[in-house]
Amino acid sequence: MSNPLAIETQDVRRIYKIRGPKTKGEPTTRVALDGVDLQVKRGELFGLLGPNGAGKTTLIKILATLLLPSSGTARVDGFDVVRDTEEVKRRISMVSGGETSGYGLLTVEESLWMFARFYGLENKVAKDRIAAMAQIMGLEERMRAKISDLSTGLRQKMNFIRGFVTDPNVVFLDEPTLGLDVQAARDVRGFVRQWMDDHPDRTLLLTTHYMAEADEMCDRLAIIDSGKLLVCDTPANLKRSLQTEAVFNLKVAPLGAKPKDGDLLEAVPGVSRVNVADVNGHTELALTLRAEDALPEVLAYLTRRGSSLIALEKREPTLEDVFIKVTGRRLDQAADAEKAAE
Amino acid sequence: MAALEKDIIRSQERVKKLHGFALFWAVVWARAYPRIIGALRQKSWLFFETVFPLMGVIGYIYVYRSVNAPQEYIGFVVLGGAMTAFWLNVLWSMASQLYWDKEDGNLEIYVLCPAPMMAILIGMAIGGMLMSATRAAVIIIVCSLAFGVVYNVGSIPLLIAVFLLTMTALYGMGMMFASVFLASGREAWHLANLMQEPIYLVSGFYFPVKALGALVATAASIVPLTLGMDGMRQLLFPSEQATGLMPVELEVVLLILLGVLFIGGAYFALRKLEQIGRREGRLIERRR
Ligand SMILES: Nc1ncnc2c1ncn2[C@@H]1O[C@H](COP(=O)(O)OP(=O)(O)OP(=O)(O)O)[C@@H](O)[C@H]1O
Ligand SMILES: [Mg+2]
Repeated sequence: MSNPLAIETQDVRRIYKIRGPKTKGEPTTRVALDGVDLQVKRGELFGLLGPNGAGKTTLIKILATLLLPSSGTARVDGFDVVRDTEEVKRRISMVSGGETSGYGLLTVEESLWMFARFYGLENKVAKDRIAAMAQIMGLEERMRAKISDLSTGLRQKMNFIRGFVTDPNVVFLDEPTLGLDVQAARDVRGFVRQWMDDHPDRTLLLTTHYMAEADEMCDRLAIIDSGKLLVCDTPANLKRSLQTEAVFNLKVAPLGAKPKDGDLLEAVPGVSRVNVADVNGHTELALTLRAEDALPEVLAYLTRRGSSLIALEKREPTLEDVFIKVTGRRLDQAADAEKAAE
Repeated sequence: MAALEKDIIRSQERVKKLHGFALFWAVVWARAYPRIIGALRQKSWLFFETVFPLMGVIGYIYVYRSVNAPQEYIGFVVLGGAMTAFWLNVLWSMASQLYWDKEDGNLEIYVLCPAPMMAILIGMAIGGMLMSATRAAVIIIVCSLAFGVVYNVGSIPLLIAVFLLTMTALYGMGMMFASVFLASGREAWHLANLMQEPIYLVSGFYFPVKALGALVATAASIVPLTLGMDGMRQLLFPSEQATGLMPVELEVVLLILLGVLFIGGAYFALRKLEQIGRREGRLIERRR
C-alpha cells in the first residue's frame, strides 16, 4: 500500500494485426497505442478523453489484463499486468458501456450472485452486498426480474453493481454512460462520485468521449488521440491554460466558396485558432483570439467574404476548446475522420 | 434498516475473499447453478432433451421388434437413448458454450475475474450433467416399464464406475471442445451440427458397436460414449457379452486414460485460448 500510484504505465505501445482480405499496399498493422506514459494516484478519479479509435479501450484492456502490450510496462495497484495477472485480477473490476453480460434466464439477483462468487465473495456477504447495492442503485424492485426484461438503463445499473459489489481497489469504466438516457447517466455518475467520496483510497479510471462528463467527474484527465496522450491535468488547469485567450462562438451567414488568394480567417491578425462547421444553412465558428480586441478585424473579414453576423457569444473555455487546441480538431470531427478512415 | 444496509457498501472495511481451492469450489457451483436453474425454467429445452431422445428410442424399439430381434436389443436401445441426453448436452451446451458466452459478452468477464477458467468449465459440466441425468432417468424408467426391459446386473459397483468414468471422459471432451470450437472461428452451431449424427452412428447408440467391425469400433472409441455404452451393456445384459467390443476391465482402463487426456487437453486448450486472446486482441471479446 506504500506505492502511491494505483496505475502506472511506461511507454506502452500496442500494435494490432489487421486481419482479413487486403488489397496490396494497405497496412497490415495498426498502432492503437503509441508510447503511453500514465500515472494515476491512489484515490483519483481519472478520465481518458478521446474520440473514437483513440485507443481508450485498448489501454483499459491492457490495464485490466485482457490484452498484452506490444511493448512497455504497466502496473496496477502495484502489480505488473503481464507477470502478476492473478494479483491484478483480484484487485480490479471493469464495466463497459453497452455491456450485455449475464444469462437471460437468470434473475438479476442470481446473475449478480454468480459473478460475485467468481470474485470469491462468501455466500452471505455476496447476498447482503448485492441487496445493499441494489438499494443504492434503485434496482431493488427489479431484483427478481429476468435480465432479458431489463431496459438499457437498468441493465447498466446492474453491470455497475457487478463491478462495485466485489470491493475492488481499482475500477475501470469504459464509456459507462454510452447509450443511457439523461437520468440513468446522471444516476450512475452520481453513484461513482459517491463511491469515490466514501472510499478515498480507491481509484477509478474512466474513458469517455463526452466532454461534459469528463469535466464534471474527473479529478484529472488526459486527452488521448491516435494512441498518444497529449495533455494531462485537472479539468480546471486545462481550461485555465487557455484563459489568456478569448473564446467566441459566432453564428454567421454561409461564408461561401474559399477565397482563392489565401485570404483565410486564420490569417486575420489576432486570430489564434478557428473551427468552421456548416450547420442547418448557416456557419458556426468556434474562434479563439489572442485578445478580445481582434474581434472587429474578424467582423470586417466576414463582411469581405459576403457573410454577416447572426449571433455572437463570448464564453468560458471548455474542454472542447482544450481538445481543439491540442489536436487541431473538434471531438465530433475527429470521430468523423475515424469513421471515414475505416 | 435501509440506511443500515447501504452502510455495508459505504463502509471502509475490506471484504474478505476466498482464495485457492475454496475459490475454485465456489466458482464450480456458482457456474453450475444457472445451468440447473436455467434448464428448469426453459421448458422448450426440457422438451428437446427428453422427448426427442425418447422418440428415437421408441422408433428403434419398433424396428427391432418387427425384425424379431432378441429382447436384450430393446434394452440396448433404451440405454443408448438415455445416453443421447448426455451427448446432446455435451455437444450443444458444453462444446458450444464458450462460443455462446463470447457472443453474449460473458466470456470477457470470465477471463477478467480471478475465477479459474477450469472451475468455470467444470461447473458448466456438473450443471449440465445433473440436468441431463434427470432426462436420462426419465427415458430409462419410461421405456423400461413400457417395453418390459429386464436388467440382469452383474456388478453394481463396476457399473457405477463405468458410468462415472464415461461421464468424466465425455464431459472432459466437451470441456476441451469448448475451446476448440471457439478458436476455430466458425459458428459453433455448425460444428455441433456436423458432429451430432455421425457420432450417433459410430458410437453405437442403438446397436452394439461391434457390428460396425473392429476397426471402426476402435476408432470410434475416442468418443468415450462408445466404450462407456459398450461396457454398460455388457454389465447390464450379461447374456450379450459376446457382442461386447472388449473386456469391461480394459474399457475401464481406457476410459480413465481418455478422461485424463481430455481434461488435460481442456486445461491446455484454455491456456492457449487465453494466450491467443491476450496477444491478438480477439477471440475473447464480443464481436461488434
Ligand atoms: N482487435 C483489433 N484488431 C485490429 N484493430 C483493432 C482491434 N481493436 C481495436 N483496433 C483498432 O485500434 C484503434 C484503437 O481502438 P480502441 O478500441 O482502443 O479505441 P477507443 O478509443 O476505445 O474508441 P471508441 O471510442 O470507438 O471505443 C482503432 O483504430 C481500432 O480500429
Ligand atoms: Mg472504446
